[in-house]
Formats: sequence, C-alpha cells, structure tokens
Amino acid sequence: MSTNLLDVAVGSKRDDLVPTLLCAHCTQAVPPGYADTNANPAFCCAGCQTAYAILHEHGLARYYDFAERETTPVRASGRSFAEFDHPGFAEKYVQMQTGGLARTELYLEGVHCASCVWLIERVPLLINGVVRVELDVRRSRAAVEWTVGDTTLSAIARTLDQLGYAPHPFRGVTRDAMRVKEDRGMLTRIGIAGAIAINIMLAALALYSGEANHMDASMTQFFRWVSFALILPAFIWPGRVFFSGAVAALRTRSLHMDLPIALALAAGLVRGAINTITGIGPIYFDGLAILIFALLAGRYLQLRGQRFATDSSDAMKSIAPTSARVIADALHPLGFQDLPIEALLPEMIVEVRAGETFPADGIVVRGTSSINTAILTGESRLSASKVGDKVFAGTLNVAAPLHLRVERAGEETRIAQLLQQGEASARRRAPVVVLANRLAGVFVAIVVVAAIVTYVVKLQLNTAHALDDAIALLIVTCPCALALATPLTIATAVGRAANRGILIKGGDALELLATPQTLVLDKTGTITEGHTTLVSWSGPDWVKPLVLALEQGSSHPLADGFRRAWSDVAPAAVIECRHVMGGGIEGVVDGHDVVVGSPRFVRAHSSSAERTSASALVELEPALTPVHVAVDGLVVALAGMGDRVREDVGASLATLRAAGWRTVLLSGDANAVVHSVGLALGFDESEIVGEASPENKLAYVEQLQRSGRVVMVGDGVNDAAAIAAADVGIGVHGGAEACLGIADVYLTRPGLTPLVELTDAAHRTIRVIRRNIAFSIVYNVLGASLAIGGLLTPLVAAILMPASSLTVVFGAWHGFTFSRRRA
Amino acid sequence: MSVIYIVLPLALAIVMGAVGAFVWAARTGQMDDLDTPAVRMLHDDD
Repeated sequence: MSTNLLDVAVGSKRDDLVPTLLCAHCTQAVPPGYADTNANPAFCCAGCQTAYAILHEHGLARYYDFAERETTPVRASGRSFAEFDHPGFAEKYVQMQTGGLARTELYLEGVHCASCVWLIERVPLLINGVVRVELDVRRSRAAVEWTVGDTTLSAIARTLDQLGYAPHPFRGVTRDAMRVKEDRGMLTRIGIAGAIAINIMLAALALYSGEANHMDASMTQFFRWVSFALILPAFIWPGRVFFSGAVAALRTRSLHMDLPIALALAAGLVRGAINTITGIGPIYFDGLAILIFALLAGRYLQLRGQRFATDSSDAMKSIAPTSARVIADALHPLGFQDLPIEALLPEMIVEVRAGETFPADGIVVRGTSSINTAILTGESRLSASKVGDKVFAGTLNVAAPLHLRVERAGEETRIAQLLQQGEASARRRAPVVVLANRLAGVFVAIVVVAAIVTYVVKLQLNTAHALDDAIALLIVTCPCALALATPLTIATAVGRAANRGILIKGGDALELLATPQTLVLDKTGTITEGHTTLVSWSGPDWVKPLVLALEQGSSHPLADGFRRAWSDVAPAAVIECRHVMGGGIEGVVDGHDVVVGSPRFVRAHSSSAERTSASALVELEPALTPVHVAVDGLVVALAGMGDRVREDVGASLATLRAAGWRTVLLSGDANAVVHSVGLALGFDESEIVGEASPENKLAYVEQLQRSGRVVMVGDGVNDAAAIAAADVGIGVHGGAEACLGIADVYLTRPGLTPLVELTDAAHRTIRVIRRNIAFSIVYNVLGASLAIGGLLTPLVAAILMPASSLTVVFGAWHGFTFSRRRA
Repeated sequence: MSVIYIVLPLALAIVMGAVGAFVWAARTGQMDDLDTPAVRMLHDDD
C-alpha cells in the first residue's frame, strides 16, 4: 500500500491506480499528503473529518447508510459568517415571527440528492434553538426557523458550511413571492377548470346518448340546465383570464392570442345560454369547458419550464459575496469585523485578500496587487494597482491583500449603475410579437369576415339557420389548437434545453433565434477562457520542473497558468525563493539559479543579460504576455501567457456562419489583442471592435438593431446593457451572476457549442410550431366549411375541437426540438 | 329516473368539496415544491 501512495505522491493522476485508503466521509481516495495510514477511520481532508465528527457526535451516523450520497470532499470555507447576525443583514433577509421565532431562506451550494435532504433537515438536532429546517431540493433552498436568543444565524450557517453546504442568503425573496403567488393562482384555475370540464363532459355524455335513445324531454332539459350552471363558474373564475387578456390587447392595440379565444368563448356562451333557455339548438358547453382547461394547462406547462431557468439565475445571484472585512470606519478602528455588504459606508477601510472581489468602489490605501477587471472592462490582461489607485466593486483582487477606503457602496457603485442601465434598456425594449400572436390578428379578421358573409349570404338565400350557422362558425374556429401549439412546443423545447445546460427564460427567444441574423460576441470569457493560461512555450522540457517549483507557492494568476498547464510535471525541490511584486520570482532550485518573470525583470536579475538561447528568441503574438525563464544567467525559455481561445470556438463559429449568421466581435479589451484573436478566428476586419466601453457596446448594439435583429452573447457586467438591449441576450458559463438576471438565455456549459445547439434547436422548434399551426388551420378550415354548410352538429363540433388539440399535443411532445441525447 | 334529481346535485356537492380542498392545498403552498416531499418520506424515521 505504501508504494501505491508513493506513486500518487509523485504527482501521477492516473485512474487505474486505485489507492485502498478511502475517506470515511466522502469515500474519495485519501490523498497521499494527508494519509495517516494508521488512522481509522481515515479522511481525505479536514473538512470531511469535521463533518464526520459532527455527525457521530449527534447520533446521525445513519447518514452513511445511504447508497446515494455526496461523494465530493467537504470544502468548508471556515468563515465565521458573523455578518449573518448583523442588524443590516437581518433587516434585509430575516423575517421575525410570533413566539420569538426568526425565519430566513438560505441558498445552499452542493445540494443534490435524498441524503442531502435527510442531513440538512436534521440540523435542528445539531444546534439547540433551531426549530425547523425545510429544504427544497430542486431549488437548493432551505427555509430555516430558529428561536432568537437560543442560537444565532451565524451558528447555523457555520454548521451548514461544515457539513459541506455553503449557505448564502437567498436574494430575490420579493420577486419569488410574486412568482409563487402567480403559480398558485394558475394552479387553482386549472384545478377548477378541470373539475368543471369533467363534470360537464358527464352531462354531455348523457345528452348525446340520450339523443340516440330518445331520452325524456324534461330530463334532457335538466341536463342542459346543469351544464349551463356548471359553465358559468368556469367563465367567471378560470376563464376570466382570457377576457382580461383580450381587453388588455384591445386597449394597447396589440395582437394577442387571447383575442380570438375570447371571441369564440363569448359567442359560445351567449349562443349556448339562449339555446338553453329556449330549449332548442346545441349548447356547446362541453367543448368550451375543455377548451378553457386545455389552454390554461398548456400555458402553465410553458411557465413551469421557464421558471426553472429563472430559479437558477436567482440562485447564481445569491452566491455573490455577502460580507466585507472592515478594519476601520471613518472615526475609529474596528479591528477585523465581517460586515454585510449592505452595511458598508463611505470612508470605511476594508481589507480585500487575494482571490476576493472588491465589495465597493474605493481607493487603495495600502498594498500593491494586480486586479482582474474583466467583468467591468472586458480586458483580459491584469492591471497593476498601488496606493492611490481607484478600484471598482465586482473586480477581482488577484495577487496580494489590499486595504481600500470605500468611496461608493451599494447602489452607487459603478457595477450597480451598469446593471441599472441594463435593466433600464431591457424595459425600453419593445415586446416581441410572437408568431402565434401575429397569426391571431389575421385569424380574427378572417373568422369575423367569414361569419358576417355566412350570415348575410344565408339571409339572402332565406335559409332557416342563418344566425345559428354564423355563430357555429365563430365557435368551431376557436383557435384552441393554435393557442396550444406554441406554449406546448416551447414548454417541451425549454425542458429539453434545460437538461442540456441551456436555460431559456422566455419562449420568444427561441422564435427570434430561429432565423440567422447578426450575432455579436464578447471576447473575454465568452470566446476565450477568461483566465490566464500558458498558450505557447518555447524552451526545453527540463526547465519545466524548475519553473514549476518556483511558481508553486505563488498566488499570481500567471503562476496558476503554469500549474494548470503542467499538472503532470513534478516540481523540483526549492531551496530558496523570492517573489518580486510586479516583476517575477527568483530562487535556487536543484542547485540552479532560476529567474522567472517579465523580460525586463529577467534581464535585470540574470548575471549576463545578453546571453539568450535560440529557443527563447521567438516572436510572440501581440495578444500574449511574454514570460522569460533564465537558468544560471542564461535565458533559456520563453512562455507566452494569455487568455486562450476556447477549443470549440473555431468549429462553432464556422457552423454558425455556414447557417447564415453574421458574426461580430465586440470587446472591451485592447485593440491589438481583440484584432489578433478576431482575425485568427475568421472575423471580418470590419466586424472586429475593440476597446469598447459598456456604453459603447450598448450604442453599437442599438445601431446594429436599426438594420435587423441582434443577438448579443456576453459574460460580464460590461456586456449587461448590451445584452439587455439586444433582441436576444445570452449569458455564458462563468459569467457575472448579475448579468444573468438580464439575459434571456443562459448557457451553463462552457464554450460556444451550446450556442450552436441552441440556434439549431430554435430552428427546429419553430418548424414544429409551424407544423402544429398548419394542422390546426386544416382543422379550422374543415370545421368552418361544415359550419358554413350548416352541417355542424353539436356532436361533430364536440369531437372536432378536442381532436385538433390532441393532434397538437402529440405533435409538440414528439417534435424533434432538442436532440434527446445528453451531452 | 327521478332519482337523478337527488343524485346529481349530491355528486356536484362532492365535486365542490374536492375542488375546495384542491384550492385550499394550492393556496397554502402544498404544491410549491413537488420534489422534496417525495424524497423526504423515504427517511421519516424519527
């Protein structure tokens, strides 16, 4: 066993090598560095050990009996979560209840299965004072109730964190409450409409069979009155939505599917009521009740699918940092205190460690570091910052801790302003009139004209049922199938897309993506990976372990790039190592003097500056940052560090262009970098735009919109306004949580392959919708001709209307929208 | 057949009861989360 472990220690990550030592908590292999072979049970990390101890201490060892449970090591953040107890936090996220109880909703990371539900809902057993924890496993959200005074929210948060479920306050409670209310209302309406429809069907069955068997006239009339009594509440409660929709459409002079539906429903109700009272003629109530139910159900299904996308983007928003480490406010030092971001005030001094995002806009008062501003500017290279420099909330501190004097916090920060701008331009955007609604207008016109013509012509010919036939026409042409075709097909497509990591928040996005137009792409983070990687290496292999040895202990992103690229290289032993901020690293490795860093730094620190080996004398692309390596005074290697283009981008762009999309590269990064990347990827010289500020991006997209529809793909806050203004805004994997709220579509898989799938599927979805609409039009023409000819008996109408809807339902589920194979 | 005048209103009254129960369930949020309860009942052991 020990030799096995030794192999792993050397750095090999081969899968065929299975160490026999498994972590008692997460069943992962115990890494060699941590292995205490005598320990029983053994753990892979401190996180797992803590979680295991907590569970055993409280008699919850039954957790380990679950066949399906968490198999990733517990990565507890170890934070104090002190900000969760701050009054500013409580005001925003905690609701006080009767009996000294407090309640909040937390978004938990890492929730995925039945064992998570079991464990999280047993937190009341772990902490005294917690009354109840209830988990919604699909949304990863836990409702927590505790007695104020017995325990604190921070204690609950720490325990959840130790168990491996990092808690975040759930942001968007108000919007969520609104959505829940809407969902419940819809569900209630469907339930009532369904119950009424089924019971009217029963009455209709009696009527139809009674007609064939010569049922007693008084009995017939009884069943007709029962149907009438049943349909009234169906119109008053669930059916009302169609009438209010139609009225709203008329008032705004826009087209909506509710218009022809309300027309047919009203015609049916009036005619049916008259026929019930007079005791002659068809009553139509069975068909109308089914219609209301089917339409409501179709819309609910569509909404359900889109809710999933909205829930996910809400969750992402919740992950944004909650606290800032405040050292001092304007008057006196505070020591280190975790305050919620909401409680930050100007003039406070805040510490931001390497790897953390800045909580507010401000001025650096201590330290030097490099900052990744890609989220705000799109710039892929790091910018250096020193005392006196301005930094912005949302950008990432990469290299070293900084102290910051807050200038603007909360809603006044640059990032918040950009997002507000994004939301404003989203509101300004004209609503899309989807295909179904456009058809509805044409439909209403044709049906009304046909009904009038039928009535007038038949009156001239002196036919007996002129009015009856005209009204039968209005009823039978109710665009039930037409109105179902779109929501059902979109519900299916959105559901299948979600399985493939494409979250679609609005059905109209699918329709807009179906025809190729202009596609505007952001560079950093969208078509490139968004972080520094080793792109080119010219130098001998034996240098690699030496470089890696020096980079091992550095938190600099360039070091990270080396480590990721050479994960299979074992670093050599370091004897001495010195980091020089803004330059590089020098040290003694394996008896050699090694210097790694910027060309200037290496020249200054190697003894004979002029000596450079041939392999290090290559030209680098302008997009790359050069890093020189000198060993014993000789420059032996040159590494090109940069933001690498994602692997699938070339092929994806080619597919999109072949499909007819015009591609534009729009980036905030330096012109030279953008051009070098853009030209390599086959963008037209005139369609590469660099150094675009967020405002420029917005203006550019709006200008493009004058000549056609624009789809904007981006990841950062600097794209937010443009994403919101575009006809379809798409956010990509790893992007700023904030821009997700604005995007219509969010791709959770990296790269552009999902974008290709999306446009392809949108195309197919629209084809299925068109096919379904064609079907329903055929039915309508058939029904209309029967009605005009006076041949439409109530029974034929009752069969024809649901039959057309069923065809559409079948067509929607079997329509080939998203390919069903999982990626 | 006159029994139908008694049975049918009775049936409708039962339906109204069922609809009322459904409306109550939907409004009190019992349909909000349809995934977790299915999982939770598997290990209601204490």
